[in-house]
Amino acid sequence: MALLLKNAHCIDPQAGLDEVCEILIRDGKIVEVGHNLTMEKGVERDLGGKIVLPGLVDMHVHLREPGFEQKEDIASGTRAAAKGGFTAVCAMPNTLPVIDNAVGVEYVKARAAAVGKCRVHVAGACTQGLKGETLAEMGDMFNHGAVAFTDDGRGVQGAGMMRRVMDYASQFGVTVMAHCQDDDLVGEGQVNEGVASTRLGMLGWPAEGEELEIARDIALCRLTGCPLHIQHVTTARGLDMVRAAKAEGLSVTCEVTPHHLFLTEEAIGDDYNTSLKVNPPLRTAADAEALVAGVMDGTVDAIVTDHAPHTDWEKDREFELAPFGMIGLETSLSLVYTNLVATGKIGWDRVVELMSVRPNQILNVDTVSIAPGSTADLTVFDPSVEWEVTREALTSKSGNSGFLGARLTGRATDVYVGGYATLEDGVICE
Amino acid sequence: MAFNHKHLIDITEYSADDIMTILETATRFKEVNERRIKQVPTLKGVTIVNMFNEPSTRTRSSFEIAEKRLSANSLNFGGSSTSTVKGESLVDTVETLCSYKVDMIIVRDKHAGVPRKIADVSGVHVIDAGDGKHQHPTQALLDLYSIWERKGKLDGLKVGVVGDIGHSRVCGSLIPALKIMGCEVTVIAPPTLMPARPDVLGADHVTSNLDEALPELDVVYMLRIQRERLEGAPYPSLREYNLLYGLTQKRERLMKPDALICHPGPINRGVELDSYMADHAQRSIILDQVYAGILTRMAALYLLLGGSEDGFAA
Repeated sequence: MALLLKNAHCIDPQAGLDEVCEILIRDGKIVEVGHNLTMEKGVERDLGGKIVLPGLVDMHVHLREPGFEQKEDIASGTRAAAKGGFTAVCAMPNTLPVIDNAVGVEYVKARAAAVGKCRVHVAGACTQGLKGETLAEMGDMFNHGAVAFTDDGRGVQGAGMMRRVMDYASQFGVTVMAHCQDDDLVGEGQVNEGVASTRLGMLGWPAEGEELEIARDIALCRLTGCPLHIQHVTTARGLDMVRAAKAEGLSVTCEVTPHHLFLTEEAIGDDYNTSLKVNPPLRTAADAEALVAGVMDGTVDAIVTDHAPHTDWEKDREFELAPFGMIGLETSLSLVYTNLVATGKIGWDRVVELMSVRPNQILNVDTVSIAPGSTADLTVFDPSVEWEVTREALTSKSGNSGFLGARLTGRATDVYVGGYATLEDGVICE
Repeated sequence: MAFNHKHLIDITEYSADDIMTILETATRFKEVNERRIKQVPTLKGVTIVNMFNEPSTRTRSSFEIAEKRLSANSLNFGGSSTSTVKGESLVDTVETLCSYKVDMIIVRDKHAGVPRKIADVSGVHVIDAGDGKHQHPTQALLDLYSIWERKGKLDGLKVGVVGDIGHSRVCGSLIPALKIMGCEVTVIAPPTLMPARPDVLGADHVTSNLDEALPELDVVYMLRIQRERLEGAPYPSLREYNLLYGLTQKRERLMKPDALICHPGPINRGVELDSYMADHAQRSIILDQVYAGILTRMAALYLLLGGSEDGFAA
């Protein structure tokens, strides 16, 4: 069956496309892009006033299944992704059990195929049980479809072990994604070390706890040649190191999250809002500014949410006892639009790079484009909508958003995955 | 003077006038504590929960005595030994207490921010009796009272705080409180015991050299050193700590003739203070601080629970 999308402003820098035109889709592929297109039989959608982008990808999410289904599962997490305008996500392996073997990879893929509302790429663990001691069966996982490897959540602590991980992974041509945190330096740190830790009377999580490992992993990238992706960079100096590594020609990429771009340690007030307890922690205004500059100048490759759902009862407690993480899938695109696009800091072409093209390249999966022959993964965005982030408005099982109460501009209204609608007029398609 | 606070959680929410009101009210409670029958009916019928979720003898005893002397009904509720051990959340515990229809919760907890959380959940009056490494406002009030009583003023005094500034809830309230009252504050500690940003607390001067700082000080506030673990400790040995940061007899020559010595207790004799200094008749006001704890806590209870200026002497 055919689908004809009409009257939308289509934007795709890969295709040099930035105009109001029509897209004809058949059998899950884009067959024609142009004007006055016709089809014999099919469905027409009038998307006047809206923007169509190549399908957006969030390459860093925690879907929590298997093991933590009270927080989120593959069904609810991918629904949240669709609601937020995403056609694909990459699921982190820190589930229970850890995705550190082919069985786990197959399980996540099978569940996603059965109940998912978007594509789910699977990142496998670098080390067995995320313990940082023994290599995980990366080869077997790769053969079963794992797209990248990471010990996200804590990072590989030993430099020798990380070297082994990167050496071994390099044979598969995959990217090793690094959560940079020196446990010995970070210790029980709760919030950014400095003003916030002093004011709030809690142990500090120093910027250097992250920067040391970024420096180490860049050195190991130089040593092993394995493509390295630095996850959730939060500090100005950390980003500078990535910038320098790129200038040197190393295969180093990086990502930032909306909460590190648009929130700072100052947001954590007297109420000790545990939704703002994230790892790495919210940093200073100067750091956030540097991250925005990195988004603008191209140093940052991807915007990701690190969507980290936790139940209300896990978060509604003492700050020092609450788990780290906030959700983000349903606010990411609107935050990017409100704070970066609507303000003129970046254009839509850069959004497409940050949230579609580069994530797919880093994950070594097919990129999507608004061009004949491409898979019909598309995100439709209405820039005229004003909405408030409320618990009730969220599709995720969890409500630990640091942006509750925020007023945002623009929202995804329709999402197509392989030509099928997963979201239509803001409603999940069943 | 209008005293308009529901809680005593964050000392920085109090103005110099608010703090003076508490100190002056505390003075007036001295008379009650010198009677044969040391009790007034001021808070009769008021129910106060002492929720001490981590071990505390001195602070809890001080609050209990203050409550009893004001005729409040008090309930000691040991969170860590009862409900939380059984897996009950803080929020559920507080909601349970609220169902008892209590009027005030006084809370000590090892985690920062808990008193505010309890205030938000419960809606009743809350006093922070120490939360993690964050604040301990009644300790600051009793410290101010003791210094003010002896010096006759607070404004313009030079106060040095020596020891584990970085992990001290006492400092979290004391340093801001001293600043509110117009003192000049020097913090003195090895860098390993200094907070990341002492200026955020209000410290005017930051140094690791006790001998250089001492001659300027009107008040030397010695903090208790935690001596539990040595592995990974922020100082090599108690001996070296005493050598560099202990207020010992041989350092007296560096002090102003009228400089006072404070300590929040309990003292580690031979570590931060030697017995000569701890027991110094002219300088040490450590036991005055303990008594001031009763007076200022009575004053805080009285003012927070809405007592009128003259209502308490009955």
